[in-house]
Amino acid sequence: MSARPRNLAGVITFEQVSKRYPDGTLAVDGLSLEIPDGATTVLVGPSGCGKTTSLRMINRMIDPSHGRILIDGKDITSEPAPLLRRGIGYVIQNAGLFPNRTVLGNIATVPLLVGMSKRAARARASELLERVGLAPELGKRYPAQLSGGQQQRVGVARALAADPPILLMDEPFSAVDPVVRTELQDELLRLQHELGKTVVFVTHDIDEAVKLGDRLAIMAVGGRLAQFGTPAEVLEAPADDFVAAFVGRDRGYRALSFASADALPVHPEPTVKLGEPLRGNGWLLVVDDTDAPRGWVNADEHPAGQPVRQQDLRLGGTLLAPGGSVRTALDAALSSPSGRGVAVDAAGKVRGTLRPGDVFGAAERAATSGSTEAYYDEKQLTATEHAELTAAEQGADRLSKDGR
Amino acid sequence: MNWQWLSDNSADIRSWFLAHLYLAGVSTVLGLVLSLPLGMIAYRFRWTYPPLINLAGILYTIPSIALFVLLPGLIGTSFLSPLNVIIALTLYTLALLVRVVADALRAVPEDVRLSAQAMGYRPLASLLRVQLPMAIPVIGAGLRVAAVSNVSLVAVGTLIGVQQLGQLFTRGLALSNYGAFYTPIWAGIVLSIVIAVAFDLLILLGIRLASPWQRVSR
Repeated sequence: MSARPRNLAGVITFEQVSKRYPDGTLAVDGLSLEIPDGATTVLVGPSGCGKTTSLRMINRMIDPSHGRILIDGKDITSEPAPLLRRGIGYVIQNAGLFPNRTVLGNIATVPLLVGMSKRAARARASELLERVGLAPELGKRYPAQLSGGQQQRVGVARALAADPPILLMDEPFSAVDPVVRTELQDELLRLQHELGKTVVFVTHDIDEAVKLGDRLAIMAVGGRLAQFGTPAEVLEAPADDFVAAFVGRDRGYRALSFASADALPVHPEPTVKLGEPLRGNGWLLVVDDTDAPRGWVNADEHPAGQPVRQQDLRLGGTLLAPGGSVRTALDAALSSPSGRGVAVDAAGKVRGTLRPGDVFGAAERAATSGSTEAYYDEKQLTATEHAELTAAEQGADRLSKDGR
Repeated sequence: MNWQWLSDNSADIRSWFLAHLYLAGVSTVLGLVLSLPLGMIAYRFRWTYPPLINLAGILYTIPSIALFVLLPGLIGTSFLSPLNVIIALTLYTLALLVRVVADALRAVPEDVRLSAQAMGYRPLASLLRVQLPMAIPVIGAGLRVAAVSNVSLVAVGTLIGVQQLGQLFTRGLALSNYGAFYTPIWAGIVLSIVIAVAFDLLILLGIRLASPWQRVSR
């Protein structure tokens, strides 16, 4: 396991924190919670559960009615709120970029506020632009010239610009379409892997919470903390009826996300290149020039010897990449017209296929043995592994996008 | 159009034109400068919004001629002083713009305001460096209305003897006693329009320079 850079700072402690709004609503009720440093903690729950209020109390955009909040043991009210906020990154739902400033101007905001020179702030901004995966030429544009996903990346870059130990994210990805949301989530996982910040993330989407969180804080309406634990703990042993209902009926299926599919046998699968004549019968896997899967074709319905064209393809769904989970494997098998799930290598090339029987067996074993260890294996990938995985996932995205 | 009359009176017309430009220009600029802090107060402290906006509304309703006549008695200026015109028109500009400034600041999206706060801007810095720059196009639109209206209102100052293009209208009236003589009136109208258009273009240019982000398209 490679050592990753880690800011040993940013432990956030809620001590009996309550917030009652002037209209009498009790948004947060006696919240006591220790948010560990260097990890992602997701505050998740239905609307009205006080998750956003709790988040905004950390940087004092909202002040608690009772109780106190500490960062690394120090009461957050011990310094003026604007100074506290400059040391805490914040990403808001619609990015909240300043429309009148260029992308670089937006990212340089906090460095300039903390007194960095214009030149240094600009250099820092360019560096972050690259870090969040945006092309340098976007730096001179205005936010209105960017897509929603790009704006949100700029929002993340701006929050990270002064290198704060803590990053607060307030439903940052909820206003973008599902494909972009997945990209942004993967990007956040990659970034967090490199940076090791204390991330506090608010969402109402349990799938997003399970994907991104090292810890979940499940909050119930009325501002009550219903359960705090790892995603595996929450899914396997919901603390009460509310948590069980909130994580939903699919939680058995979701829990398969924590079981590694690396041990599943991958069977060789003959492939046909797109544009080449078709031989054989039954469902055949079609690949492109780079051996990346393009879809399936039914040889029984295709005139023999005729080349395979794009429009002949039944597009497949999920692909299993190295490091993937049993859940992904199951979905790969179930979403493939042949019933055989496609496994790819880190570069996105076809390795072979999975037999449904093997996958169901793995699912059964995962369900009966508990799988917390497998979960940690999945989360603690090395940076290289992660990069490979992301590349493979992008290949999978391409396939699933074609299927739309 | 009697060109001979125009050239005979060109020295007067020239000085009236410059005086007109000066009176309308100074009151527009002063009104803008004063309306910014007042508009920010009306925005920042919610309870001041209704009284300030209502006061501005009442002020704007007072006929200009009444204000020109009343001001010397109220503030001790001389009856014929151009200062009366400047003060009155500054007040009209202010009355018009306070609301525009406050509403333009209010129109800045909530998530932008919140993110400025979350970045660590102090309230005043956020107002001056985030909300105000974003409000410029709207404030500028209000300023265009105020500037053009001032150009036309300055002429009323003729009734209290202040020298500017309005003199051309009274002159035209006087010379028409024995048959229509419209040359001075046409000259006054055309030159007023020249000033109004110049102000308008100047403000438009200012808005464009101050808000390059408004012109971008995807």
